[in-house]
Amino acid sequence: MARFTPHTEADVQEMLEAIGVETLDDLFTDVHPKYEGDLDLPGALSEYEALGEVDSLAKHNVYGLPIFLGAGAYDRIVPSAVGAIISRGEYLTCYTPYQPEISQGTLQSIFEFQSMISELTGLQISNASVYDGANAVVEAALMTARLTKRDPKVAVSAGLNPRYREVMETYRVEVVELPFENGTTDFSDVPEDASGIFVQSPNFFGVVEDIGAASEAAHAVEALSVAVCDPISLSVLEAPGNLGADVAVGEAQPLGMPLMFGGPYAGYMATKEEYVRQLPGRITGETIDEDGKLAYVLTLRGREQDIRRARANSNICTNQALTALAATAYTALMGPQGLREVAELSISRAHYLAEKLEEAGLKLRYPDAPFLWEFAVELPDVARANEALLEAGIVSGLDLGDGAMLVAVTEKRTKDELDAFVEVVADAV
Amino acid sequence: MPFDLIREKGREGRRGYTLPKPDVGAKELESILPKEWLRKEKPRLPEVDEPTVIRHYTNLSRENEGIDTTFYPLGSCTMKHNPRANEAAAVVPGFAGLHPLQPETQVQGALLIMHELQGFLAEVSGLPNVSLQPLAGAQGELTSILMVKTFFEDAGDDERTTVIVPSTAHGTNPATASMAGFESREVGLDEHGCVAVEELREMVDGSTAALMITNPNTCGVYERNIKEIAEVLHEAGAFLYMDGANMNANMGRMRPAEADVDIMHFNLHKTFSTPHGGGGPGCGAIACSEDLAPFLPDPVVEKEDDAYRFVRPGKTIGRMATFHGNFGQMLRAWNYIRMHGPELRDVTDMAVLNANYVRAQLGGTYRIPYDELCKHEVVVQPPKGKRAIDIAKGLIDYGYHPPTIYFPLVVKEAMLIEPTETESKETLDDFIGTMLELAETSPEDLEEAPTHAPTRRLDETRAARQLKARW
Repeated sequence: MARFTPHTEADVQEMLEAIGVETLDDLFTDVHPKYEGDLDLPGALSEYEALGEVDSLAKHNVYGLPIFLGAGAYDRIVPSAVGAIISRGEYLTCYTPYQPEISQGTLQSIFEFQSMISELTGLQISNASVYDGANAVVEAALMTARLTKRDPKVAVSAGLNPRYREVMETYRVEVVELPFENGTTDFSDVPEDASGIFVQSPNFFGVVEDIGAASEAAHAVEALSVAVCDPISLSVLEAPGNLGADVAVGEAQPLGMPLMFGGPYAGYMATKEEYVRQLPGRITGETIDEDGKLAYVLTLRGREQDIRRARANSNICTNQALTALAATAYTALMGPQGLREVAELSISRAHYLAEKLEEAGLKLRYPDAPFLWEFAVELPDVARANEALLEAGIVSGLDLGDGAMLVAVTEKRTKDELDAFVEVVADAV
Repeated sequence: MPFDLIREKGREGRRGYTLPKPDVGAKELESILPKEWLRKEKPRLPEVDEPTVIRHYTNLSRENEGIDTTFYPLGSCTMKHNPRANEAAAVVPGFAGLHPLQPETQVQGALLIMHELQGFLAEVSGLPNVSLQPLAGAQGELTSILMVKTFFEDAGDDERTTVIVPSTAHGTNPATASMAGFESREVGLDEHGCVAVEELREMVDGSTAALMITNPNTCGVYERNIKEIAEVLHEAGAFLYMDGANMNANMGRMRPAEADVDIMHFNLHKTFSTPHGGGGPGCGAIACSEDLAPFLPDPVVEKEDDAYRFVRPGKTIGRMATFHGNFGQMLRAWNYIRMHGPELRDVTDMAVLNANYVRAQLGGTYRIPYDELCKHEVVVQPPKGKRAIDIAKGLIDYGYHPPTIYFPLVVKEAMLIEPTETESKETLDDFIGTMLELAETSPEDLEEAPTHAPTRRLDETRAARQLKARW
C-alpha cells in the first residue's frame, strides 16, 4: 500500500465485495486506453530518506549569505509568529471557504487582509489576493479595459518591472511605452485610446514616481490610473488612492513571505468602491447569520467563474489565500509603526550604501532621482564585481546588462555587510 | 462567537515585533521626497502585541474545518492528507532563502528539483514537455489555451475562433476560453454523462481550436470515448486539452498521452498533496506534446552537461508569472512523488476504491444518476423532497465538511463526493451512516442545520447588498 493510505488487505477485500467486483483491476474496466506498465519513476523513499535528499540538494544552492538582489522580491525579515500561524492545519488544510459556517477563520482573516490592503492603498475595496505581482498588474490591465469599454491597451514606462510588462504581453494586453528619463516617467503625452495608465512607485529602478501626475494624465484621456506599489513603501509614502489612483496593485511578498525562489507570493488589488463589480477574484464581506450574529461570507460571487462561466470577469479560482494570511499576520505584528520602521531602516541603510559607493568614486545611474531602498549603480564590469562579491560571501545585485547593477538594501543588511559590499565593489572596479 | 477584528484588540503604541536597532544614521524622508508624496495619515492597522496576534489567529483557526480536523469529501478538489514531510521540505533554508534572480550557477539544487519534477509529470502524463510555471489550475488552463492560440497564429491559421467545453466542465474552462479571446461553445452529454461524440462531431469544424475535456469528468465518470474524441478534433486540425484536476483517478492507470491528449494541466495542490491553504497557493503545471512544446511559457529548465539552466522555448507565449512559478509547491510535490515513485498507482487505486465504496453504500437511498463504475468521485442526488444544500448543512452538524454541491450543473441537486485515498474504511462507514441518517431526517429539521457550527446559515444577500468588505 502507498504511504498515506490506511487500507489493509482485509479492508480492500471487504470494500471490493461491497462494490461487487473481485479485484482492483475490475475498477478500471471502463478505462481505455489503459496504461499497463509501471510508471518509470525512482523508487519510493521513506520520509527520512526523501528529506535527506532535500537537504543534500539544498547544498547545491548558494544560500545563507547577505542578498542585495531585489527587482520584485525582497529579502525581508519574517517574524517567527508568521510561520507558526500559517502552519496551523485549520488554515493549511482547508479549501476555499465555500461553506462559511465552518470557515469563519479563513473568512475573517481574508476580511482583515482586505482591510489592511485598503488602509495601505487608500482605496475602499480589496480582493482576497491574486497569484503574484505580475498577475495583479495584468488583472488590473484587463479591469481597466472592462471599465472603460476599450480594448486592453496600457501605457507604461521602463520604470515598470519588465517582467510585469512581459506577463501583460502574454495576456495579449497592448503595451505602449512612455518616455523614461532620469529615472522617472514622463506622463505628459499618453495615448488617448488607452484603457489604463500605469505607474510603478518605487519603480523598477527604486525611484519614487509621481502617482498624481499619472492619475491626471489618465483621467485627461478618460482612462483609469493604476499604481503599482510595494506595500512596505505605503507606510511612508502617500496612499495611491489619495493621489488619484483608481486601482492599486502589487506584490505582497515583502509582507512576511520567504523568497522561496520566486513563489508562492501573493498579488494584491484594491480599487474604488464604484468599480467593485469589475474587480476579479474573491471578496469577503460582512453579514449576519440566522441568529443575527455577525459573520463573514464570500460575496458578489456573480463576478466569478464558477457562477458566470464564460462571462466571468476572470478565470481565477485558486488564489494565494495562505500567503495572504502570512501578509495579514505580518502586518498585524508590525503595525503601522513597525512597517514604517522596516521602511525607514531600509531607506537609511540603502542611502548609506549609495553614499559610500559614491564616495568610492562610483556613479549612481539616476543621481538626482529620489529613491527608497533600491538603486542602480554604474560599474565598468558588473560580472567581475558579482564574482568578487560572491567570493567575499555576498550575493550581489541584479546585473542590468548595460553597465549597471540594481542594488536592493533591506532592513536585514547590516552596516558591516554594507561596508564589505563597498570594499569589494570598489576593489573590483 | 464572532471574534473581534485584530485591529479592535490593539491599543495605540503597542507592538508585535521588534526590529534590529539602526546602525547607520537615519535618512530623513523629508530630505529625499517632496512633502506631498509623504504619508500624512497613519494607516489604521492593528497595534497589537505578539501574544495577542498568536491568540487571535489561533482562535480564529478553530472556527475552520480542514482535512486535519475532519473528513472533507469535496468533489473535484481532492482534499487528501497533506503530508508534513512536504512542509518540512519547504522550510529548508537552502531553498526557502533563495532569491529567484540568483544566477543559475547559484541555484543548481533548485533547478534540479524543477527538472526532475518536469520529468516526473511527463512520466505520469506520457506527455514529454512540461512547464511548472502556471500558478494555479486555472492559469494552467489559460497557459495551455494561449499556447494553442499561438500555435494557430504561428501557422497563419486565423479561422480558429472557438473552444468547445462539455456542459459538465469546471467554470474555469469557459472562463479561460473567454480570457484567451475564444468563443466558448458547449457540447452535451450522452447517457453515461460523457461527451456526446456525435454532437461533438457536428460541432467541430475549421473554426475549432480545441476541446477542453476533464477526464474523469466532473460526474466522476471516465470519458470512455476519449480516443475517438481526440480523433474528431485532430481530423479538424484542432487540439484536445485535458483538465487534469482529476488526475488522482488516473495515475498509473491511464496516461493522457496514450489517449491522444495534446496538452493538459495538473493541480499539484490536488493530486500531489500540496496544501490548499484556504484557497491557495496552488501550482497548475502543464504537460504537452512535441507540436506544442515550442510555445511553452518562458522559461523551462533543461539539463546540459550536468548543469541545469533556464531556457526560453523558441516560440514561447511568454511569461505567465513574475518569476518561475510557485517553487514552494513544486518542492512539496517533488517530495511527495519521491515518497511514492511507481506506488502512485496505489494512490489512484485506493482513491477509486473509496469512491466506488461510497457509491455502492449510498445507492438505493441516494439517487446515483450515473450508476456504473465511477472513478475517484461520485455524484449523488438526495432522496426526493430533500435538497442538497440541506443535506450539506446537516453534515456540518455531524462534524463533516460537506461535498461539493450544485456541481456539476447538469445534475439537479448534485452532491459530488470525493473521499480520496487517505481515508479509512471506518471513516467512510461513519460518513455513509450519517448520510443515510440525513436521508431520513425531516426536511424541516434539515432546514435548521447547522446548529452546532460556529455560525448558523448566513444571509448572503445582505453581504452583497450592503457591501462591507473592510473595517
